[in-house]
Amino acid sequence: MLNLAVIIAFVCIAVALLLNFWRLIRGPSLPDRILALDTMYINTVALLVLFGIYQGLTVFFEAALIIALMGFVSTVALCKYLLRGDIIE
Amino acid sequence: MLDLLTSFFLVVGGLFALIGSIGLARLPDLFMRLHGPTKATTLGVGGILIASMLHFSSLDSGLSLHELLVALFLLITAPVSAHLIARTMIHLRGGTGTVVDEREAGPQQGGTDQR
Amino acid sequence: MKRWLPQPLFSLSLWGVWLLLGNTLAPGQILLGGLLALALPLFTVRFWPDRPRLRRPLRILTYILMLLWDITVANLTVARLILHPTRKLRPAFIRLPLDLGNDFAIVVLTNTISLTPGTVSADLSLDRRSLLIHALDVDDVEQTIARIKHRYERPLQEIFAC
Repeated sequence: MLNLAVIIAFVCIAVALLLNFWRLIRGPSLPDRILALDTMYINTVALLVLFGIYQGLTVFFEAALIIALMGFVSTVALCKYLLRGDIIE
Repeated sequence: MLDLLTSFFLVVGGLFALIGSIGLARLPDLFMRLHGPTKATTLGVGGILIASMLHFSSLDSGLSLHELLVALFLLITAPVSAHLIARTMIHLRGGTGTVVDEREAGPQQGGTDQR
Repeated sequence: MKRWLPQPLFSLSLWGVWLLLGNTLAPGQILLGGLLALALPLFTVRFWPDRPRLRRPLRILTYILMLLWDITVANLTVARLILHPTRKLRPAFIRLPLDLGNDFAIVVLTNTISLTPGTVSADLSLDRRSLLIHALDVDDVEQTIARIKHRYERPLQEIFAC
């Protein structure tokens, strides 16, 4: 039961990542690509947590938390760069 | 019973994440695309985190609540990134926000957001 | 009291985050987390120039519960809009006049708007008197503004006393 649910969720997230990747390649504008990258980060967090459930291990939690942090910081940095031409003022 | 609930949250979470990404892929304009990831994907990940919480709490090692941290973090930061991306788009189209009139918009069919 | 515990709620949430990070309730961690929760606000108090005053702290709980419910509804709404043909959508930019006088309250309102049905905040005017919102599907602009003001801005005004 649980295994089937995990596999269904895996498939959903994988397709979601592919769609995000398609948007990342296709653009057309830079903010679109940033948005696609941000969504990929969030989906990766979901993927890692799912993998943790699948394996029955909690060690992936820290990795998920760090990826979430990195995703937010990189999105902010990219947006700041496009907005101001500089990240740290 | 708990397994059933965990499976439910897993499937619902996965579906919402997928719907958010479908929105990102097929909506015609950047500002519309923003809606998918900020809402659906956040709730999708939230559902999977709730499932993880239930699953690891049902094992014998005791209550596991640290997934709450990731969920809380995503709930706080997702709107901030969306706001910044929207601002960047407005900036790149020219203007500091006052240029976009409140009655402007209307469904922009393809093409208008190419730079 | 005021001197050694400048931000009680901040301290409490720091303590909570520390215990959640360790995922434990061991006595040593409780003690260490408590010490950090006491020390960190003292060191960072100068980073909060315009600290919001909480008038009704308990109202926060009902606000959060309402927000969680609205987020769920928002997702069902957006999911339906995404899966329908896009031709029917009527997106629009809305300018929402703000009545909040505190930066922190404005941030909370902005995040709330982004997480709730069909609206994403896009830009804040320089004088902080109005907020630009993008809505995915609008029937009536006035009604949307009235709903946001009534449902989210009013409670925030009560909570933050501004």
